[in-house]
Amino acid sequence: MQLSRERMLQAYRQMKVIREFEERLHAEIQTGEIAGFTHLYSGQEAVAVGVCEHLTDDDYIISTHRGHGHCIAKGCDVKGMMQEIYGRAGGLCKGKGGSMHIADVEKGMLGANGIVGAGAPIAVGAGISAKLDGKGGVSIAFSGDGACNQGTTFEAMNMAVVLKLPVIFLFENNHYSEHTGVDYAVGTAGDIASRAEAFGMKAWRGNGCDFFDTFDVMRDVIDHCRAGNGPAAVELDTERFFGHFEGDPQRYRGPGELDRLRAERDCLTSFRTKVTEAKLLDPADLDALDSDVLALIDAAVAEARAAPRPAPEDVLTDVYVNY
Amino acid sequence: MAMMQLREAINLTLHQEMERDPNVICLGEDLVGGMGTAGGPEAIGGIWKTTAGLYAKFGADRVIDTPISESAIIGAAAGAALAGKRPVAELMFADFIGVCLDQIWNQMAKFRYMFGGKTTCPAVIRVAYGAGRNAGPQHSQAAYAMMTAIPGLKVVIPSTPAEAKGLLASAIRDDDPVLFFEPKALYATKGEVPEEEYLIPFGHARSVREGEHATIVTCGQLVGTAEKAADALAKEGIGCDVLDLRTTSPLDEEAILDSVELTGRLIVVDENPPRCGLAADIAGLVSSKAFAALRAPIQMVTPPHTPVPFAPELEQAYLPSVARIDAAVRAALSYR
Ligand SMILES: Cc1ncc(C[n+]2csc(CCOP(=O)(O)OP(=O)(O)O)c2C)c(N)n1
Ligand SMILES: [Mg+2]
Repeated sequence: MQLSRERMLQAYRQMKVIREFEERLHAEIQTGEIAGFTHLYSGQEAVAVGVCEHLTDDDYIISTHRGHGHCIAKGCDVKGMMQEIYGRAGGLCKGKGGSMHIADVEKGMLGANGIVGAGAPIAVGAGISAKLDGKGGVSIAFSGDGACNQGTTFEAMNMAVVLKLPVIFLFENNHYSEHTGVDYAVGTAGDIASRAEAFGMKAWRGNGCDFFDTFDVMRDVIDHCRAGNGPAAVELDTERFFGHFEGDPQRYRGPGELDRLRAERDCLTSFRTKVTEAKLLDPADLDALDSDVLALIDAAVAEARAAPRPAPEDVLTDVYVNY
Repeated sequence: MAMMQLREAINLTLHQEMERDPNVICLGEDLVGGMGTAGGPEAIGGIWKTTAGLYAKFGADRVIDTPISESAIIGAAAGAALAGKRPVAELMFADFIGVCLDQIWNQMAKFRYMFGGKTTCPAVIRVAYGAGRNAGPQHSQAAYAMMTAIPGLKVVIPSTPAEAKGLLASAIRDDDPVLFFEPKALYATKGEVPEEEYLIPFGHARSVREGEHATIVTCGQLVGTAEKAADALAKEGIGCDVLDLRTTSPLDEEAILDSVELTGRLIVVDENPPRCGLAADIAGLVSSKAFAALRAPIQMVTPPHTPVPFAPELEQAYLPSVARIDAAVRAALSYR
């Protein structure tokens, strides 16, 4: 971990923004003010940030239904995201997409996605574009352990190998797809990286609950792809701290499971412990960031709640023709 | 008779049909729920709770919880049907038809014809469809019009718990592939349902309201919307003949044409976008077969030609409403 002080503070801040964004949404959803299905990313912050801290706007990512963390880490405007989730006209997608479809193409964020497994082929296309542009850009498909079972993922992996594209298949193994355990659904005894290897690409594994581990692994992976070696895969072991969607009774969890995960696998706690014990950062620096972030989230929620709703006639905009 | 939710009526039918015929099998994602977890099987019983209890009763061989692999699920249903079983496959959302369209369109729909009538393909695909739950552009589509356009498929859209039960039983016993569209906004609505087995035949529309001034043809969750519009108009002495199609393929042409012969005015209310949708299809039918009976232009009440938006205000503007049906009836009546 030879990270500068600034970069460490930046990484912590990003993880904290994601965490507080999600924890706050969890609370706000109980009020009934937020419509639709929301899938929270709490617990997996080290993945999004450990990946995106290596990227620039010339790199692409494509996300999943659990996309808030990826969006924030890739630089989407937090207030615009909050408005989108509240279905407001000023949201990043004008309230037309909602939580599952936040996108900011200029930032290289090609969208959260409601179709499990849709992302990997789209990442292949962005990889073709990045290769043609010749600026060393990479394209990353975030997928869950459930999405790795879609044929689309397999087709995309093979195509990326055949075409030698700078595409990274990034699997966030949080051990569940909805209410199903990974060992049941992934036939290789829950091992996803070895599947990617079988397609003929190099695969890495890492601890997705530890920022430094993820960050270090991703440096190697991204260097490999930027150097023109074709695609790569990464499987990061991580945890989700909430239900599959907000309202999930989570009867598939064991007794005390969530408390244990929060106690033992919290990436924010482990980050703080590591950097303060090694005297790399002062606890006061982190505390200051914590309060900044809380203020940002407070403001984002207050602004979203007060923001104007779309007008009914807006249903007819953003199409090339309407009937 | 018992009061039950639409989801409970579906659940009861699945239990009864699996009990009756050992060839009936169910497959889909999280159908059992909790597989490979500490909570164990049946921790959820299907995300819509339509398959609860099946696993405990019929076991893992007949109640198959699958990985997230829609092409393989629907292809497996096609293959099992060819090989003598009666699979009931579930897609959590109708939108996921997009993931496995080949298996529906090029495979199961065509086997019977393409193999010269030597086989049938008795598979059922249950899907949750429709807008109204703010689920956004990829989890809210109606999609039954697209499926209706495919030769070889039967397409069923129940509108109440009792309808769901009789139609699902018919679907499972039918020898052709059936797309069964469950209106997800109505899963929790209750109605009287006969607990014993009964079948509702395909191709016979249900008369929901009788009236002589205008015909309203619709199906699925919009039947309730049309009923409300008709009841309000009835108070003003405007009588609407409301037909619930039940199945869009086969289509009960006779019921539609008979009603238009009586009323001379047709309003089609459909949840699909307007181009090449059900409304346009029925308008085409009536203008070619009952042109002389028409006293007013046919009114099509559909969403606009856009995806389904997320924000509640936009989604409300998208869906056909009581007000739009009311306006369409009045527009038709303004012609003498
Ligand atoms: C094609 C498709 N099938 C099913 C679903 C329903 N669904 C949404 S998320 C999900 C589980 C995804 O699991 P995983 O890939 O592990 O991601 P996680 O939720 O754990 O982040 C399922 C089955 C969907 N949205 N799209
Ligand atoms: Mg998962």
